[in-house]
Amino acid sequence: MKQKVVGQVISQKEIAPMIFDMWIDTTLAGEAQPGQFICVYPKDKSTLLPRPISICEVREDRKALRIVYRVAGAGTKEFSAYQAGESIAVMGPLGNGFPVKAGEAKKAFLIGGGIGVPPMLELAKQLERVGCQVQSVMGYRNQDTFLKQDLEQYGPVYVASEDGSAGTRGNVMDAIRENALEADVIFACGPLPMLRAIKTYAEEKKIPAYISLEERMACGVGACLGCVAKTKNVDVHSHVHNARICTDGPVFLAEEVEI
Amino acid sequence: MNLQTEIAGVVYKNPVMTASGTFGSGMEYSEFVDLNKLGAVVTKGVANVPWPGNPTPRVAEVYGGMLNAIGLQNPGIDVFMERDIPFLKQYDTGIIVNVCGKSVEDYVEVVERLGEEPAVSMLEINVSCPNVKEGAIAFGQKADALYNITNTLKKHAKQPIMMKLSPNVTDITEMARAAEAGGADALSLINTITGMKIDIHRRKFVLANKTGGMSGPAIKPIAVRMVYQTAQAVKLPIVGMGGIATAEDAIEFILAGASAVSVGAMNFINPYCTEEILKGIEDYMRMYRVENLKDLVGAVHE
Repeated sequence: MKQKVVGQVISQKEIAPMIFDMWIDTTLAGEAQPGQFICVYPKDKSTLLPRPISICEVREDRKALRIVYRVAGAGTKEFSAYQAGESIAVMGPLGNGFPVKAGEAKKAFLIGGGIGVPPMLELAKQLERVGCQVQSVMGYRNQDTFLKQDLEQYGPVYVASEDGSAGTRGNVMDAIRENALEADVIFACGPLPMLRAIKTYAEEKKIPAYISLEERMACGVGACLGCVAKTKNVDVHSHVHNARICTDGPVFLAEEVEI
Repeated sequence: MNLQTEIAGVVYKNPVMTASGTFGSGMEYSEFVDLNKLGAVVTKGVANVPWPGNPTPRVAEVYGGMLNAIGLQNPGIDVFMERDIPFLKQYDTGIIVNVCGKSVEDYVEVVERLGEEPAVSMLEINVSCPNVKEGAIAFGQKADALYNITNTLKKHAKQPIMMKLSPNVTDITEMARAAEAGGADALSLINTITGMKIDIHRRKFVLANKTGGMSGPAIKPIAVRMVYQTAQAVKLPIVGMGGIATAEDAIEFILAGASAVSVGAMNFINPYCTEEILKGIEDYMRMYRVENLKDLVGAVHE
């Protein structure tokens, strides 16, 4: 069930320039699934709208959530200054999340690009638990390969960097080619050009690709229709070619959305 | 203590409603709010056929509020009658349906379909959405156009019609008088104020539609002023809205002349706010020993 609650910051640190890693003590962790997100509310009343941030990890006792986010504006700048013990208003868990089913896939690509890396961590943990072989392929700007070590707990991590300072020079698709990797399912989150390349790759390989989309949101719960993705077929809820990213997504089968 | 309010002969159990477009048909927020507690749910605008709405980005944050250019995406009246109305009928709350269209004929079609549904207590006519190229605000910025559409719809409507006015006019009282002359039963105001936001780093418009309607707490003083002016100009009951975030805000609108209030963008920030606002109004009435909410309507004085 979705709730808006006040949680408490357990810890926070900057793990790469402008990338912050925060653990929050909150009841929202109880039902949180990989690929879902939470809305975080700034305290400054001039910045009213919630900031949708993906869930990076759920603590084993299901009483705390980890978010890893980039400072992109006034709201995230405010969050980045929070110290341990600070209260933090959060709503969630929101969205559908990635499907994790035992026996469904033997070998998976978990592909993250930039600030699309964080949701892959809880997913890697859950997939490994159901016996899926996890291969992470992560794209970064440079050698600031945040969360790489965390991901290595669950399987090999292949890195691509735009400037060539870590792993394969280029993007995640270059890393897949360079390492001659194969998989029978893809889970991905990252910038649109990366997701487009993955959609094409998945169509060529005839494998399913679950991609997590982002869009500017207002309500976060499916009421305002602010964040929509173009769909191939008429959507069952909207009755037009639009699905709500916050509620029907953020995870979609690549073949079902026009990106 | 009596919180009831009467609008065009329809009694609502309390004055707290939801602003069209911010609350869907109540489904999404029913996880947070007990819809039975609301005076009415005012639905997202519905047209005769499904509308896809505008490209994204459709929303942007601005200082103290937001811009939206959804473009009235809606599933069309058929789905609305089969799915949304039965959902709302499960609750003990008023149902007010917001009606939109590209042409007068579109509006007439929707108004007539809704006439088949006695659970719908009132129709809010959207002549003020600033985000669509045809219809909506095109009928709400010229007094003669507003008079004509009001007059036509009144002939076809089984329920009372409430014309939703745009603040994007020189003189809102001129529009209010045109709607009254056309036969409107009530008025609601204000719709959003047309605005714009530019991303200075990309040197692009933030919204795909370039312009969007501004809502949120920053617009409240404008809305209160327009409700007051309108209440002075016409005899019609008014549902007031625009930036209501707290009970104090809602009471300002009521004192300015609104018989009920709608809460919009604040639902996005605090999904529990409608119930909290209702409770705050009760506390205010208790504090000042006001027995009937009606006694507060338009009670501001010099």
